[in-house]
Amino acid sequence: MTRAASATLEVRGLSTHFFSRAGVVRAVDDVSFAVGRGEIMGLVGESGSGKTVTGFSLLGLVDPPGRVVAGQIRFEGRDITGLSDAEMRRLRGRHIAMVFQDPMMTLNPVLRIDTQMIEAVQAHERVPRAEARARARDALGLVGIPSPEERLRAYPHQFSGGMRQRVAIAIALLHRPALVIADEPTTALDVTIQAQILAEMQALCARFGTALIWITHDLAVVAGLADHVAVMYAGRIVEKGTVEDVLDQPMHPYTAGLIGSVPSRTRRGERLPGIPGMTPNVLNLPPGCAFRTRCKRADATCAADPPEFAEDAAHLHRCFHPLVAIPA
Amino acid sequence: MSAAPIMELRGVSKRFETKRDLAARLRRARAPTVQAVDRVDLSVAKGEVLGLVGESGCGKSTLGRMVAGILAPTEGQVLYRGRDRAALGGAEARDARLRVQMIFQDPYASLNPRLRVSEIVGEAPVVHRLVRGRADEYVDAQLRRAGLDPAYKRRYPHQFSGGQRQRIGIARALAVQPEFLVCDEAVAALDVSIQAQILNLFMDLRRELNLTYLFISHDLGVVEHLSDRVAIMYLGRVVEQADTPTVFGRPNHPYTQALLAEVPRLDARKRRFTAIRGEIPSPLSPPPGCHFHPRCPHAFARCSAETPALKEVAPGHRSACHLNDIRH
Repeated sequence: MTRAASATLEVRGLSTHFFSRAGVVRAVDDVSFAVGRGEIMGLVGESGSGKTVTGFSLLGLVDPPGRVVAGQIRFEGRDITGLSDAEMRRLRGRHIAMVFQDPMMTLNPVLRIDTQMIEAVQAHERVPRAEARARARDALGLVGIPSPEERLRAYPHQFSGGMRQRVAIAIALLHRPALVIADEPTTALDVTIQAQILAEMQALCARFGTALIWITHDLAVVAGLADHVAVMYAGRIVEKGTVEDVLDQPMHPYTAGLIGSVPSRTRRGERLPGIPGMTPNVLNLPPGCAFRTRCKRADATCAADPPEFAEDAAHLHRCFHPLVAIPA
Repeated sequence: MSAAPIMELRGVSKRFETKRDLAARLRRARAPTVQAVDRVDLSVAKGEVLGLVGESGCGKSTLGRMVAGILAPTEGQVLYRGRDRAALGGAEARDARLRVQMIFQDPYASLNPRLRVSEIVGEAPVVHRLVRGRADEYVDAQLRRAGLDPAYKRRYPHQFSGGQRQRIGIARALAVQPEFLVCDEAVAALDVSIQAQILNLFMDLRRELNLTYLFISHDLGVVEHLSDRVAIMYLGRVVEQADTPTVFGRPNHPYTQALLAEVPRLDARKRRFTAIRGEIPSPLSPPPGCHFHPRCPHAFARCSAETPALKEVAPGHRSACHLNDIRH
């Protein structure tokens, strides 16, 4: 990609495998993508597709029996693949931050919000307590929490689900990280609250030039939020490109099936085209294209591993029989 | 509607008392009550799909459980085929209960983990003497209808995926030959491609068995796809109801309008998310007057003083908003 030089994050050939007693699970398999300054990338997939493990791998959070077995992660031009735990810890939370689906994974239920936020500031910078507290208050205000001064003294259980997620986002933004990885942060929230959080994230990325990876199963959220999208299936990115390219002219049959599964206004009451069958067991994936058992277009060719085909410089897919857009 | 309603709610309310702690009991304070459902009138015609939409805590599940006969209303009447269900006795009451079945959100929690699929599906029809003798063939037919291979009927629920479990729940509900299904977030826990399969199954079953549905969901896309009519709930009250094209094309209530504006859509690109102000208030102390007024952009003095009635604004289109009195 041409953006590589200016990319905040560049991932090449990332593979994370889990070595379980039942066999090797290739949770992430040869994944490559790049995210530039201020860009939002949607990482889309269904459960078990490896999207969350991809996020964890970037942060060096994969625990045994899982291990990053191959690939290179370049963050702001620097290879961070082989960093020690101590070096990773200096990076994490300061330059790269993560927001989880469940904000209680971030928040300690027995500590007040100010205690937790001051700790997060002072973990990376030597600043006086009062200044750290002021920064915490400003961060809460930034994500749209009313009367942040009073709310600092509250405990996590005194917040609603949406407010808790805002606090988690505020903590992630405390050090103005260059990259935020958000793993389904609005999935558990109501539509009106989700829209509020999407609005805040959009504004923050534009304002501070933060690169954002938004991991989700919801194509509609990605359509409205992201610049680029990567679709994962059984550990691999099967298609990636700009939101317009991928959602308007999907090349991979899986992407097309996902789009066809979303109920939409134009086809009210009609059967959804969808995708037949079930997501495969990642322990024994068929050789070649993992999607071929559910794919109408599959033939003998698909038993070989599909390489990355480039439709054009920005639109890539892994399919021997891509859907070709019919010229209008 | 010309057809006589199969299910009719008249002024149905449900209040839950929260438990008083020791201090409250010593003070002889009154137990705080949650008005989960507040004087709701609703009717469902034979063969119709009524979508019930609302955000968490709006009372839609409580309403669904009262329709299914699992909860008794605190006030008001539930009429099944024109007769008050509370007044039915003996065989009639049992029959009324069997004819209305419920499908739950969480396929992991709604199946007994210690029973085999054949027992889960076969128990009720045997107990209620819908089949005589061995139920094997009957169970096979139910499983096939729900899209499951009868060869798996000796298995336990944990041996199935989420989508398959939801099919088991559907087979169980259909085994007692109901005519009315209450689906409470029945596809919310499923992956997009599996969700599409289950939605297709619901539409097929409706045609085959002439079923009537109360389809409860927070997902507007799903509701729009499936429903003939839609009712929107906010904090225990139905604020708007009409046929599906009207609700989605010409929403009247400011809450419905806001809700529709927030829905992420596949065809919306890089949109600016703007959000409704504020949060969903606590149902323990709902705001006076119209429950939506603290968040409503059009609220005026009367909205905080007087509860708006659900009034007809066009034939078959009812909305509870004081603005309609001004416009006329």
